[in-house]
Amino acid sequence: MLAYTIRRLLMLIPVLFGMTLIVFSIVHLIPGNPAQVILGETATQDAIQELEQSMGLNESFFTQYGFYLADLLQGDLGSSLRTKSEISHEILPRIAATFELTFFAMLFAIIIGINAGIISAWKQNSWLDFAAMIFALVGVSMPVFWLALMEQWVFAQELGWLPSSGRQPSTGQIEPITHFYVIDAILHWDFDRLVQVLSHLVLPAVALGTIPMAIIARMTRSSMLEVMKSDYIRTVRAKGSGQFLVIYKHALRNATIPVLTVIGLQTGVLLGGAILTETIFAWPGVGRYVYEGINYRDYPVIQSGILVIAFLFVMINLIVDLLYAFIDPRIKY
Amino acid sequence: MSDTILELNNLHTHFFTDSGEIPAVDGVSFHVNKGEVVGVVGESGCGKSVTSLSVMQLVPSPPGRIVSGEINFKGENLAFASEKRMRQIRGNEIAMIFQEPMTSLDPLYSIGNQLVEAIRMHNKSSKKEARLKAIEMLDLVGIPRASEVVDEFPHQLSGGMRQRVMIAMAMACDPELLIADEPTTALDVTIQAQILDLMRDLNKEKDTGILLITHDLGVVAEMCDRVVVMYAGQVVEEGTVREILKDPKHPYTKGLIRSLPNLHEKEQKLYSIPGTVPKVTMNSVGCRFAPRCEYAFDRCFSENPALYETEDNRYARCFLYDNFEEQEVATHVGTDSRS
Repeated sequence: MLAYTIRRLLMLIPVLFGMTLIVFSIVHLIPGNPAQVILGETATQDAIQELEQSMGLNESFFTQYGFYLADLLQGDLGSSLRTKSEISHEILPRIAATFELTFFAMLFAIIIGINAGIISAWKQNSWLDFAAMIFALVGVSMPVFWLALMEQWVFAQELGWLPSSGRQPSTGQIEPITHFYVIDAILHWDFDRLVQVLSHLVLPAVALGTIPMAIIARMTRSSMLEVMKSDYIRTVRAKGSGQFLVIYKHALRNATIPVLTVIGLQTGVLLGGAILTETIFAWPGVGRYVYEGINYRDYPVIQSGILVIAFLFVMINLIVDLLYAFIDPRIKY
Repeated sequence: MSDTILELNNLHTHFFTDSGEIPAVDGVSFHVNKGEVVGVVGESGCGKSVTSLSVMQLVPSPPGRIVSGEINFKGENLAFASEKRMRQIRGNEIAMIFQEPMTSLDPLYSIGNQLVEAIRMHNKSSKKEARLKAIEMLDLVGIPRASEVVDEFPHQLSGGMRQRVMIAMAMACDPELLIADEPTTALDVTIQAQILDLMRDLNKEKDTGILLITHDLGVVAEMCDRVVVMYAGQVVEEGTVREILKDPKHPYTKGLIRSLPNLHEKEQKLYSIPGTVPKVTMNSVGCRFAPRCEYAFDRCFSENPALYETEDNRYARCFLYDNFEEQEVATHVGTDSRS
């Protein structure tokens, strides 16, 4: 297990290196001149050239990349062209916000999705199975923005049960420690605040988690059905096992590998692709940060945002790979 | 009959498929005595595996289901026993080993974990005791380094070793009956012999009855006391090993024995029974072997043969023996029950 972990960690180095190169190149290939954008339409050619000079924009591609990498290794993501403040400083709370939302969305997706899949496979072709699979089909086909708006309309507007947007009430902001508000609330030992923060999470997490939930449910079902037919499940039953042990000890663990793959991929998608949900729920996450950056041609912000998302994606994959080895003893070899 | 532990009586297990109801086991009757090794032989698809799975109520359902008949185990009819009762019996009083040792163990749990699970399923014992018992069982089935193998995973063992583990698992709770469904088919010949020896020893030592499902007459000759020959879901002949091998009565059994390679004859070409096992449906009429049978006459295609007595205690499902003693043997009639 240790050797596998080390090998897997070493494999990260080229991946991360390639990732920075690709992110850097893509942003460079975007048409438009950042110096022009900063100085505005009326700037003179001289002024633009001067700014390009001072920003290092007329250096060769690889020199620029070298500087970029050197800064990156020191944790310096550069500063936003628009706000002039340091990106590493701006982006941290946003990563926390996105992470928190993704965590709860995936928690919802995994708990509901896996159990729906198990029940479907267990009671194959029963009304429960059909109900769960129709539910999953609806979930996977529902546009996220529509679901989000409907949620806001029903649960915030009409019923008034849950807040419609933001991460916390606008009054009495909490002193952020980790920027994960749930953790912050616990650290402050502020129970009311915890309830408020969680209630703000419910609607966006459900909206964001619905599609992964549906995909996980369908994957779990098909994987479970496959495993339930296998010889070793018959062996377990021949020992006199009850259905519960058969399903939760043997079948589920064997069915987990493909489900885990899907969970990893979906988590990655949510981390980077939650722009719609973040916009509708006014959630100050990374997705929205990048979106704003694109609007202003704020190259360093776009670059850093994409880099952070890619980095998180790679990390999720690392965790998934390590979990594979934990679940399946054959993978270590 | 007091020493009979398993008695199948007119068992019907059918599969309900899209293309209709298929009588995979069609009125099968035979019995296994305490400490006896009974072989069930027949070609692939003749219903021998389904028969054995029926005893354990492990027939994949849907589509399969026991329709009628009795499975008397020590006087208790298990054919329609509750799942709860079956769980007490499976692995405890009747254990089973399967054809595919490579896929019959859960790849994600260690050998020890799976053995301990089997042991603790039916015996109240601590994990430590169960583990010691697991090592003892591995030792008993001839696995070297048992105390290390117990912590290894199935993929680290060879096919023969895995089948030993399966046997250890099956014997863990001292069952009175062991059902072995083609236990050596997937193994190479030298390993086959070892596994058969092992089963023979366990049978002698613990007086465990064995129901051995196989298509290999060599295995039958080596292992069994009695043989049941099945064809297309029915028992066609039954007798002691000696009787069946030396003096087969049913044309199908004769064909099977003729298809064995014989070292003493110079005949170049190996005999094979022409044709294949027919697809049996609920409406099949006539002897099921008739299309492939060299003795077939008109009656074979229009009527279902019963089991007819040929000599003392020998029965064959063939009209050739109908005149032998002018009467059907009532207890063994299996074909007419569904009409």
